[in-house]
Amino acid sequence: MGGHGRRKRLPFSHILSFRCKKASVKDDDDNLQIGGPGFSRAVFCNDAGCYEAGLLNYRDNYVSTTKYTLVTFLPKSLFEQFRRVANMYFLVVGCLAFTPLAPYTAVSAILPLIVVITATMAKEGVEDWKRNQQDTGVNNRKVKVHRGNGTFDLTEWKNLRVGNIVKVEKDQFFPADLLLLSSNYEDAICYVETMNLDGETNLKLKQALDATAGLHDDSSFTEFKAVVKCEDPNANLYTFVGSMDLEEQHYSLTPQQLLLRDSKLRNTNYVYGAVVFTGHDTKVMQNAMDPPSKRSKVEKKTDKIIYFLFFVLFLMAFVGSIVFGIVTKEDLENGRMKRWYLRPDATTVYFDPKRAPIAAILHFLTALMLYNYFIPISLYVSFEVAKVLQSIFINQDLHMYYEETDKPAHARTSNLNEELGQVDTILSDKTGTLTCNSMEFLKCSIAGIAYGRGVTEVEKAMARRKGSPLLNEMGDEVDHDQASTDTKPLTKGFNFKDERIMNGKWVNEPNADVIQKFLRLLAICHTAIAEEDEETGNISYEAESPDEAAFVIAARELGFEFYKRTQTSICLHELDVVSGAKVDRSYELLNVIEFNSTRKRMSVIVRNEEGKLLLLCKGADSVMLERLSKNGREFEELTRDHMNEYADAGLRTLVLAYRELSEEEYTEFKVEFTAAKNSVSADRETLIDEVAEKIENELILLGSTAVEDKLQPGVPECIDKLAQAGIKIWVLTGDKMETAINIGYACSLLRQGMKQIVIDLESQGIKALEKSEDKAAVTKASKASIIHQISAGKAQLTASSESSNSFALIIDGKSLTYALEDDVKNMFLELAVGCASVICCRSSPKQKALVTRLVKTGTGKTTLGIGDGANDVGMLQEADIGIGISGVEGMQAVMSSDIAIAQFRFLERLLLVHGHWCYRRISTMICYFFYKNVAFGITVFLFEAYTSFSGQAAYNDWYLSFYNVFFTALPALALGVLDQDVSARFCIKFPLLYQEGVQNVLFSWRRILGWMFNGLISAIIIFFFCTKALAYQAFRKGGETVGMDILGTTMYTCVVWVVNVQMAISLSYFTLIQHIVIWGSVLNWYLFSLAYGSMPPNLSTNAYRVFLEACSPAPSYWLLVLFVVIAAVIPYYSYSAITMRFFPMYHQMIQWIRQEGQSNDPEYCNMVRQRSIRPTTVGFTARAEARSRSQRK
Amino acid sequence: MPPTPKRNDDGPTDTTKRSSKKPKYSRFTQQELPACKPILTPGWVITTFIFVAIIFIPIGLASLFASQQVVEIVERYDSDCISSTFTDKEDFIKRSDTNKTCIKNLYVKSRSDKQLRSKGYEDQTATCEPEAKTNNGLIVPCGLIAWSLFNDTYGFSVKNTVLEVSKKNIAWKSDKESKFGSNVYPKNFQSSGVIGGAKLNASKPLSEQDDLIVWMRTAALPTFRKLYGLIEVDLEANETITVVIQNNYNTYSFGGKKKLVLSTTSWIGGKNDFLGIAYLTVGGLCLFLAVSFIIVYVAKPRPLGDPSFLSWNINPAGHFN
Repeated sequence: MGGHGRRKRLPFSHILSFRCKKASVKDDDDNLQIGGPGFSRAVFCNDAGCYEAGLLNYRDNYVSTTKYTLVTFLPKSLFEQFRRVANMYFLVVGCLAFTPLAPYTAVSAILPLIVVITATMAKEGVEDWKRNQQDTGVNNRKVKVHRGNGTFDLTEWKNLRVGNIVKVEKDQFFPADLLLLSSNYEDAICYVETMNLDGETNLKLKQALDATAGLHDDSSFTEFKAVVKCEDPNANLYTFVGSMDLEEQHYSLTPQQLLLRDSKLRNTNYVYGAVVFTGHDTKVMQNAMDPPSKRSKVEKKTDKIIYFLFFVLFLMAFVGSIVFGIVTKEDLENGRMKRWYLRPDATTVYFDPKRAPIAAILHFLTALMLYNYFIPISLYVSFEVAKVLQSIFINQDLHMYYEETDKPAHARTSNLNEELGQVDTILSDKTGTLTCNSMEFLKCSIAGIAYGRGVTEVEKAMARRKGSPLLNEMGDEVDHDQASTDTKPLTKGFNFKDERIMNGKWVNEPNADVIQKFLRLLAICHTAIAEEDEETGNISYEAESPDEAAFVIAARELGFEFYKRTQTSICLHELDVVSGAKVDRSYELLNVIEFNSTRKRMSVIVRNEEGKLLLLCKGADSVMLERLSKNGREFEELTRDHMNEYADAGLRTLVLAYRELSEEEYTEFKVEFTAAKNSVSADRETLIDEVAEKIENELILLGSTAVEDKLQPGVPECIDKLAQAGIKIWVLTGDKMETAINIGYACSLLRQGMKQIVIDLESQGIKALEKSEDKAAVTKASKASIIHQISAGKAQLTASSESSNSFALIIDGKSLTYALEDDVKNMFLELAVGCASVICCRSSPKQKALVTRLVKTGTGKTTLGIGDGANDVGMLQEADIGIGISGVEGMQAVMSSDIAIAQFRFLERLLLVHGHWCYRRISTMICYFFYKNVAFGITVFLFEAYTSFSGQAAYNDWYLSFYNVFFTALPALALGVLDQDVSARFCIKFPLLYQEGVQNVLFSWRRILGWMFNGLISAIIIFFFCTKALAYQAFRKGGETVGMDILGTTMYTCVVWVVNVQMAISLSYFTLIQHIVIWGSVLNWYLFSLAYGSMPPNLSTNAYRVFLEACSPAPSYWLLVLFVVIAAVIPYYSYSAITMRFFPMYHQMIQWIRQEGQSNDPEYCNMVRQRSIRPTTVGFTARAEARSRSQRK
Repeated sequence: MPPTPKRNDDGPTDTTKRSSKKPKYSRFTQQELPACKPILTPGWVITTFIFVAIIFIPIGLASLFASQQVVEIVERYDSDCISSTFTDKEDFIKRSDTNKTCIKNLYVKSRSDKQLRSKGYEDQTATCEPEAKTNNGLIVPCGLIAWSLFNDTYGFSVKNTVLEVSKKNIAWKSDKESKFGSNVYPKNFQSSGVIGGAKLNASKPLSEQDDLIVWMRTAALPTFRKLYGLIEVDLEANETITVVIQNNYNTYSFGGKKKLVLSTTSWIGGKNDFLGIAYLTVGGLCLFLAVSFIIVYVAKPRPLGDPSFLSWNINPAGHFN
C-alpha cells in the first residue's frame, strides 16, 4: 500500500461530492450544557497519568462479553441452576432427605442432583471460557500509543487509558472512541468506514479542528496538552457534544471529530487521536445490550410442563396425606388400638394418632420426596448434553463449511438448537449477509442493443427451477460449488462478458459512436478518485459507493481508463476509433451536480478537447426518461424493455444520457448555479435543484447499465426454500431505499406484479416543514402522515384480501421512528404481517433491534436475526435466535450471535435440516422423559395406595435413584442426539416439513399429555398385572410367597423393559448406537441387580440376592415380565399403526414416500410438497409461477 | 442420494494445509450412520400382532394348565374352626392374613438388620422404636415386625396320626446365611410391656428361627400369605386332615381375616389363573387386531395422504396450542 503519500497533499475535501460539515454555529447551544449533568466527562489529552485524570478513574479499555468471571462463576452459575424450579425442588428434597421424614436414604437422593448440577455447570463454564478466549483476542490487538517525548510504542488495546494519544494506521480499527487530532492530510481529514456500526459501506469523512491539524508527526506530541470536556458515555452514534481547551483557546467539538471504536481507517495513511471513551464506555459498546440469556420456547414450555407435574405431584401427596391422616387417626379410638402391631400408643410424632393432623402434614413432606421420581431430574442435564452434541453436529457439518474463508459453522451457544426448527420470521441484514457487498457491472443496453452475457444468481436459480427441479436438488452441493467458482469475476466489480464489445471490438459494431459516448460517459460522470500503484502502474478506484466503482472499472475494462482527477479536470486513456491506439485525453471539469435521493440522478458538465460543452447525466429511469428530447428517444422502447428485463433479473439499472450545451446556455447556467450554491438561505438545496432542473433537459438517450449488487452464491435458492418452508423474511438494512428494493428484486422477495406499499416522509409538505425548523410541527406532521400511510396500506390490504395479490411493505428509517412509537406500532405490525415481504431501509441498529422486538412480542412467534456487522448486534441479541455471518469484516456480529455461519445460504441447511431435526429430537426426547417418569412415578403412587399412603417406596432406594440415571437416560439421550424422522435430503426436498416446528405440532399440549397418558396406561398395566399375577400365592415351585422385595424387583424389571421397548418402537431411526443403548440399558439393569444383590446385605438391604435367588429361577417371573412388556406397549403400537396409515403427519407422509420408493416420481412428490393451503408468495418459485400465470392471461 | 462427501479431497488438503478448520468427514459427524428406518407398514403391523398371538396363546394355555394342576384349599378359621378333606401328595401350608390394612413405612423400617446379623451390633436399635429396649436392656430381635410375630399354631393330623410339618426350607437361604446371625440369640423378647405376638426360643440362634425369618420378609400388599411349613408326606385322595388351631393372633381389632391354605405347587407356583388368562386374552386381542387390520387395509386402502389432516391445514392460523 506504499506510494500514496505523494498524492495525498491534495485537499480532498474540496471535491464536491464530499461535503464536509465544519462545526456549525448551531452547536454553541449544546456547548452550554458542558459541565452540567450528563456532560461531565473531562479528558486530559496526552496526560492520562496526571493527578486529575487519576481522580476521575474512568474505565479501562478492556472489553468483556463473558457471563461470569472467575470469582462470580460459582455463585452466579449455582444461582442460575437453582433458578430452575425443578432443581430447587430437588435441592429441597435432598435436604429433607437428611431428616427422618425421608422414605429413602439421603445419599441416594442427593447424588443424582450433584451429578446433574455439576455436569450443567461444567458445560456453562466451558462455554464461557470460549467466550473469554475471543475477548482476549480483541483486547490484545496492538495499537501505537504515545509514551512521551514523541515516541510511539505498540501496546495492547486493553492498556489504553482515557487521554492517551494513539496513532492509528491505514486499514486498522480504532481501539476506542477517539478524538481526531490530525491526519497525514494537510486539512486533517480522514476517511472512515463504519460498516461495523451501521452497515454502510461508503466512506465517511471526518475532519479535525484546525487548531490541531498541524500535529503531523510523532515528535509534535511531545509538548501537546489539551483538556476535553464532553458528554458522558451514551449510546447515540451520531451525536457528540464537547469542547476542547488548547493553549488558552476554547474550541467546540462535534461528531465530525469523533472516531468511533470498531470503525476502520480507510484511504488515510495515519491519524492521531486522543482517547475519549474507552472499553464499555464507547458508543458501540453502549449500543450493545447485555447478552441476554436466551431460552428456547421448548425449554420454556418444558418448565410449564414441570409446573404441571408439580401440581399433580402436590395433588397426589395431598390426597395421600389426607388418607394417611384419617387412617392414622382411626388407629387409636378411645384408647383401643386398631392396628396394634404398629403400637399407635407409643409411636413417634410421624405416626401418632393423637396428633394425626401433624402426622399428616409431616407425611405430606415425605410424600413429596417419595414422588420426586415423577419429576425427571436428569431431564435438564440430558437435554443440555443432547444439545451440546447437536451443536457438535452443526459445527462438524461439511455442508456448512465454507472453503474460501476456511470457516465451518459454529454454534456458540447450544441453548437454541431446537428453536432453529421453529423460526417463523427471519430478519435479515442486507449488506454482507444477502449480498457479498460488491457491485458487478454485468450488462448494458447501448443504442437499443443488449450486451452482456453474464447471468445473475436469480436467473440461474430460475433457470434451474424450470429445468428439472429434481435433478438440481440432487446436485445442490455441486451447483453451489460451481456457482462460487464460475461467477468469480476476473476483475473485482466487473463480470461483463460479451465478445462483441470487449477488447476494443466495439468499434466494429453498427452504433460505434453511441458506444463510444456511452463508455466515455461512464468514465467521466462520477465522483471517484483514482489511485495509481506506482510499482505496477495498476489503477484502483475509491468511490463513494460500490456501484460507482463498478462503472469506472467497467469503463476501464472496455477501453476508457480514468486515471487522474484534478480539481478541474478528468484524464482518461481512451481507445481512438480511427487509429485503434490508446490516447490520453483530458476533459475540463466544469460542474458536478450531485446525486441525491430526490433528484435520483447526477450530472457533470465538461468541456472536451475539441472545446465542445457536454452535459453527461446518469440516473434512475423514472426521472431520466421524461427528460429526453424528442430526437433523443430513438432507442427508448428497446431500452425500456431491456431495463425491465434487467430489473426482473435483480439488477440495478441506470439510464445514461447526454446533451451538448451551447456556450450561451452554459454561461447562463453557470451564473445561476454559482448564485444558488453561494446562497446561504435555508432553501439552498431547492435553488440548486431548480437550476439543475433547467439544464438537465432535452437529453439524448445512450442506453442503460445494469449492475448486480452481487448476491452471495445460493441466496435466491435459499430464500426460495425458506419461503416454501413458510418462513417469512424481512430485510432490515441501513442502505438506501433504492438499493434495498433492488436487492429485494434480486433475491425474489419482490417481483413484478407485487403491490408495493411504500411508507416514507418524502412528501413536499413535510419537507417544507423540515426547513422551517419547527421541530414539534415536523414531528406532529410526520406522525400524522405515517399513520395515514399505514392505514391506507391496511385498507389496500383488506380490499384485496380476496384476490391473490401479494403486497410488499417498504419503509424507511425516518418513518420507522414514528411507526415504532407505542401507539402506532401495533398498527404497523398488522400491516407488516399482512405483507408478503417487508423491507426496512435506512434503519439504525437500534431500530433493527426494535423492529425485531416488535415482531417477537407482537406475534409471539420465533424470530431469527441474521447479520454480519456490528450494526446488527442489537438485532441479533433481541431476536430469539441471532445468526452471525462470519464474513470478512469484524467479529462483533459473530461475538454476539448464537450461531455463526459463513454464508447466508447455509441457513437453509441450518434451519431445514438441523433445525428440524433438533426440534424433533428435543421435543420427542422431552415427551419421552415425561412418559418414562410418569410411568415410573405412577407405579410408586399406586403402590402407596395399597400401603395406606404410609410413604413406603415400592422399590429399593438405589433402584429409585438409578432409574433416571442408568436405566433410561442413555436411550433418551441417543434419541435426542441421533434421531431422524427423514433424511437431510428429504428435509430439503420437502421444505414444508419445517412447518411441523413452526406450528409446534410435535410439542403441543395434546402430544405432551398424550405421552403422559401413555405413561399412565403403562404404569397401570405394569402395576396391576404384576400385583394380580404375583398376588399372594406361591410364585415358584418351592412354595415361597412374594415379599415386598420380590414384587418391587419384578415391577422394576417390567418398568425398565417397558420404557425401553417403548423407546424402541417409537424410534424411526435405528443405528447401532441406538441398539446398544436401548438393549444395553436393559442389560445394565440385570447386571446392576446382580452386582447390587451380591453386595453384603448392609449395603444392598432388601435387594440382597433377590434377583439371583428369588426371581431368576422362577419361570413365573420371566413369563410375567414378557407378558407385561408386550401388554404395556400394545396400546401405543396400535395407536401409532393407525395414525401412520390413516392420519399420517407430514414427516410420516414423507416416510411413506421413501418407503414406497416414490421419491423419484416428481409428480407424486410435487403433490405431497404442495400439500398446504398457504401459497408461497416470495421466492423465485413464486416468481416463476406468477410469470407463467400472467403469460397465460 | 446425499451428495457424495469429498472424501478424496481430505487427503491432499490435510497434508498441505494442516491448520484447515474443515471438519473431518465421518459418517457419525455427518449424521449419515447406516440405520434401519422401520416404519409401521401394514405388513409389519400384522406380522407383529400375529407373531405375538402365536407366542402368547400357547404360553397362556401352558400357564393355565399348570395353575389348574395345583390343588388349593382355603379355609377361613378366625370365625370358627373347620376341618376339610384334602387330596394330594405334597403340601404347603400357608396362613393368610387378609386385609391387614397397612404395611407401614413405619412398620417396614422398624427392624435392625445389623442387630439381626451379628452379635456385635446388638445395640443398633435406633430404628426399632418403640420396641427397642425394655427396662432389662435391649431387645433382640428388636422392632415392630419381630414384636408382632404371628403366633397362631396349627396341628395337623390325618386319621388321628400326627402329620409332620417340616419347617426346613421355608425361609430364603440368603436370609438364613447372611441376614440372620447364627450367634445372635433372642434377648428380652416379648418379656415386658405390651406383648405383641409369638415368643421365641431364646436358646436357638436367629438363623434357626425360620418362622421369624419368614415373617421378617415383609409382604408387599395388604393381603398376603406366608409359608408355615411343608407337609412332606404324600396324602391320599379324599383323606381328611384335621387341623387344631390355636387362634392367638389378633386380627379383630383392625378387621383382618385369617385363612389356612393347603396347597400343592407346580412349575408356575401356586394356584393363580390370572397369568394364563391374561396371556390368552392378550394373545386373542392381538389376533383380533391382526384380523381387523387386515380387513381395514383391504377394505379401505390408504387415501393417498389426505392433506386435510395436516395440522396446518386443520388449523391455518397456526395457534395449535
